[in-house]
Amino acid sequence: MSEEAIAALSTPPGESGIAIIRLSGNGVLEILNKMFLPAKDKKMSERPTFSLNLGWITEDDGTKIDQVLIGIMRAPYSYTGEDVVEINCHGGSQPVRRCLQRCLDLGLRMAEPGEFTKRAFLNGRLDLSQAEAVIDVIRAKTDRGLRLAMRQLEGKSENIDEIEEGLLQINALVEASLDFPDEVGELDIEEATTILEFINNKLDHLLKAGRRNEVYRDGVNVVICGKPNVGKSSLLNALLKKEKAIVTDIPGTTRDVVEDYINVRGIPVKLMDTAGIRFTEDFVERIGVEKSREVIEQADLLIFMLDVTNEISQEDMNIYNMVNRERVIVWVNKDDLEGKKIRADQLEELFQDVRVIRGSVINEIGMEELELAVEEKVLGGILPADGLDIMINLRQKEALERTREQLENALQTIGRVSLDCLAIDVWGALETLGEIRGKTLKEDVIDRIFSEFCIGK
Amino acid sequence: MIYEAGKYEVIVIGAGHAGCEAALAAARMGCKTLLVTMSVEYIALMPCNPSIGGPAKAQLVREIDALGGEMGVNIDKANIQMRMINTGKGPAVQALRAQADKHEYGREMIKTILAQKDLDVLMAEVEEIETADRKVAGIITRTGARYQCQTIVLTTGTFLKGRIIAGEVIYDGGPSNQFPAVRLSDSLRAIGIRLGRFKTGTPPRIDRKTVDFSRMEEQPGDDMPWRFSFISPLPNREQLSCWLTHSTAETHRIVMENISRAPMFTGVIKGRGPRYCPSFEDKVVRFSHKSAHQLFIEPEGRDTDEMYVQGLNTSLPEDVQIRVLHSIPGLEDVHMIRTGYAIEYDYVIPSQALLSLENKVVAGLFTAGQINGTSGYEEAAAQGLIAGINAALKVQMREPFILKRSEAYIGVMIDDLVTKHADEPYRMFTSRAEYRLLLRQDNADLRLTDKGRQIGLVDDFRWEIYKEKKARLEKGILCLQNTTFTPADAGVERYLADRASAPLRDRTSLWELLRRPELKIDNYVEQGWIELGDPEVMDQIQIQCKYEGYINKQRDQVRRFEKMENKQIPSDINYDQVYSLSNEAVQKLKEIRPQSIGHASRISGVTPADINILLISLEKRRN
Repeated sequence: MSEEAIAALSTPPGESGIAIIRLSGNGVLEILNKMFLPAKDKKMSERPTFSLNLGWITEDDGTKIDQVLIGIMRAPYSYTGEDVVEINCHGGSQPVRRCLQRCLDLGLRMAEPGEFTKRAFLNGRLDLSQAEAVIDVIRAKTDRGLRLAMRQLEGKSENIDEIEEGLLQINALVEASLDFPDEVGELDIEEATTILEFINNKLDHLLKAGRRNEVYRDGVNVVICGKPNVGKSSLLNALLKKEKAIVTDIPGTTRDVVEDYINVRGIPVKLMDTAGIRFTEDFVERIGVEKSREVIEQADLLIFMLDVTNEISQEDMNIYNMVNRERVIVWVNKDDLEGKKIRADQLEELFQDVRVIRGSVINEIGMEELELAVEEKVLGGILPADGLDIMINLRQKEALERTREQLENALQTIGRVSLDCLAIDVWGALETLGEIRGKTLKEDVIDRIFSEFCIGK
Repeated sequence: MIYEAGKYEVIVIGAGHAGCEAALAAARMGCKTLLVTMSVEYIALMPCNPSIGGPAKAQLVREIDALGGEMGVNIDKANIQMRMINTGKGPAVQALRAQADKHEYGREMIKTILAQKDLDVLMAEVEEIETADRKVAGIITRTGARYQCQTIVLTTGTFLKGRIIAGEVIYDGGPSNQFPAVRLSDSLRAIGIRLGRFKTGTPPRIDRKTVDFSRMEEQPGDDMPWRFSFISPLPNREQLSCWLTHSTAETHRIVMENISRAPMFTGVIKGRGPRYCPSFEDKVVRFSHKSAHQLFIEPEGRDTDEMYVQGLNTSLPEDVQIRVLHSIPGLEDVHMIRTGYAIEYDYVIPSQALLSLENKVVAGLFTAGQINGTSGYEEAAAQGLIAGINAALKVQMREPFILKRSEAYIGVMIDDLVTKHADEPYRMFTSRAEYRLLLRQDNADLRLTDKGRQIGLVDDFRWEIYKEKKARLEKGILCLQNTTFTPADAGVERYLADRASAPLRDRTSLWELLRRPELKIDNYVEQGWIELGDPEVMDQIQIQCKYEGYINKQRDQVRRFEKMENKQIPSDINYDQVYSLSNEAVQKLKEIRPQSIGHASRISGVTPADINILLISLEKRRN
């Protein structure tokens, strides 16, 4: 029963009302405590089995990721026979991805295809009559899992090839120096560092490409924010090109978050308009305001709106200060109207290093520029020099990240630790990469040593 | 005419490095043992290089020693030089290497063997292995003697159908011009054992008196005295040097000019040779961009002028070998004493053996050494030891002795041998060991002496030495952990400043302080903080401290690894009835018959999906 804790999405991927992330293994309740803020102040490890618990999955710093229902099933009376936690989160790809990422950050391992079922069987939770069926299921899942993984890498697996090639090369250099000191001599630290850096860049590139394509597959959340009546609903509608939000001149008409999907230059964008954020006594509106804050925190990108016909107020800046500078575009609206109250130099001073676009929603000025800016911002920093058409699933991403972790450790310690220790990280990186391909690379290294070095006294 | 000659519990056939260890182990474990050799003079012969140890091989020798084997003790008596290799590359790969005195090595081993209680030596050629009910029953020698036995350890090296090749000259023979064993090979086939064919080679030997050493670089031994065995006294004999020279453009021209006469390239040699020990002509052809290859001139002993040309193993015709030698700096006028040659031989495909080295087809038959398709004296000795131990354990009806990959290089080697199909002779490398930082030469005694004692191979003498060392080690570590300094201690402040080491921030133990790369345990002694202890113990403490982080990393890996190793596969499993295994997996699993799930997962062609299915099926069986 001392099984490593694992996690995986247990419902089909894609948009749905809710999704279930299942956790199983040793210490999942303790891990849950670290990432779950219960609505009622109760420790999850003290909650009874088969209880449902409302609350939030939170980031390290307490930021809420998603409101969820947690099901607790204690060993041995659970599907796997181990302690099981099921997180019922919202079914969008973002909550699922972030909740799952949080689990992995806290030390859970991504489950292999069929692993829950395998554990269920090994822990005697399935009876004999079910066993035959289970074998079929596992067979199918594993094969499909493999095929799936291979198909995703298909055509573009030369990226992994290149990384593997580099790792084999460095591994051969290290191992040859260790096993054949008379013939090969000392490791050339400079050469080895160059190779390590090359691989590291490749990995980085691949992860970014994966992230970019994740954007194309799963889309992003873009939130429009700004003080009431600045024209947020109009912008939303202009982008949607249809009426959705109620548009009036009375501040606070939009009382809830309004959302819809649009296609911005091929990227699925979930566009959200927030209730105008302002300090108000109106109870109903206050709920809307709180919701808006949450939405802002969850956004991949924010469009912060200003009305050029009004001076920039403290209220504007209060809202602006809530948003992350790296994820914001400033949209200065009504730029075609007379009587501008905001000067260019003012904008420059207030929004240093932030993209500022001036335009008009009503007269559709600057809209294309805005869309381009959204694309650039969403893909920015992750856009590789060439377009890699590669999909990386979470398991692969995790393996790639672990590979990189070991590589970085090797880069940091090369020349400072003895070669046998460096070899542990280099070999570890190669082995982790091998998980993606489902093959062992051990013999490859030895083959490589012989093909590249003249060995044999 | 066959006559009944006697009865033994264990018969060892072949008295090379594997056979000697096997025979000594079995006899020391109390079994009535017979060691059969074609020539008593050639017991423990070193037909190739005159050295023992080096990376991965030193670990093997230390492991053999810790378990109560003989190789370490013997090379300590019979060496002309010792060097510690890879000293700058970390404790995992640091390795002792000895230049052996070949003749002394053999003489010392013969003395030990002949003096061993319960061990008889017989000079004879074994022609047949007799079996009954797929179990060994006895042996028959060429002179008609039948010996009955319960177990046989087969350690015939390269003798099976040995064929010597030097250029156009080809004849049947064993190493160093001995007779080959021809009939035994057929006898093995007859009892159902599959054989393969490998090739290896050896360089020419030259006369010291005709070598010009002024044109070579001297390679002396270390000043520091070293020993392989944990129980040997430290040596204080004069050491002999080796000499480094190299091939030249002229050498390579001679080789290429005569390549059409090289059996390697004419198709005369069919057996596959090892890549790590390529013939010289192979090196010249494959690495044509290299203008020179290193060559080491090594003495073969104190009482001989014969020298070994390390790096020049070849099966070129004799006249070409002489011309090649004369093109090498320092060998212009050299006299060649022995011609280099290649040897082809039959080996038993090792996947027919269990992890105990017992044959799966014929019960009670163990194979060890070059006959299992390995190369190297150390590899042979290590297998011989394990085969001898397991033959004795079988006689005593005890469980077989199997070392895991996480416990010893020996475990790595045997697991590789019986699991993977090798298409070249197998040699030990440190890179084959996943948990190299745990399997060091310096801690072989700590890893294995207990096990050796349990088997009954570690005698009281070794056991007392081990227990004392362990106690000193534990005491030393405790002392370092319990001696602490505060930043205010003036002595430590000055000490750290002198070594450009950061000042203390809070109370720190000597143990924690030792983790800093710039500090050494020797300094502690100089400072008077600890007393000077046994250097091996001090070294051990320092390694355990400085590498603690990486050692723990490897321990975690071992824990994960052992989970799968501990899931045993029953020997009566029927893979044909395991639902939905791939055909390839079924075939491989039936052939290898892995003993655990972990073992199964290392077989090529068995996928992770197959392993899952196997796990489920095992669980079903249990219910």
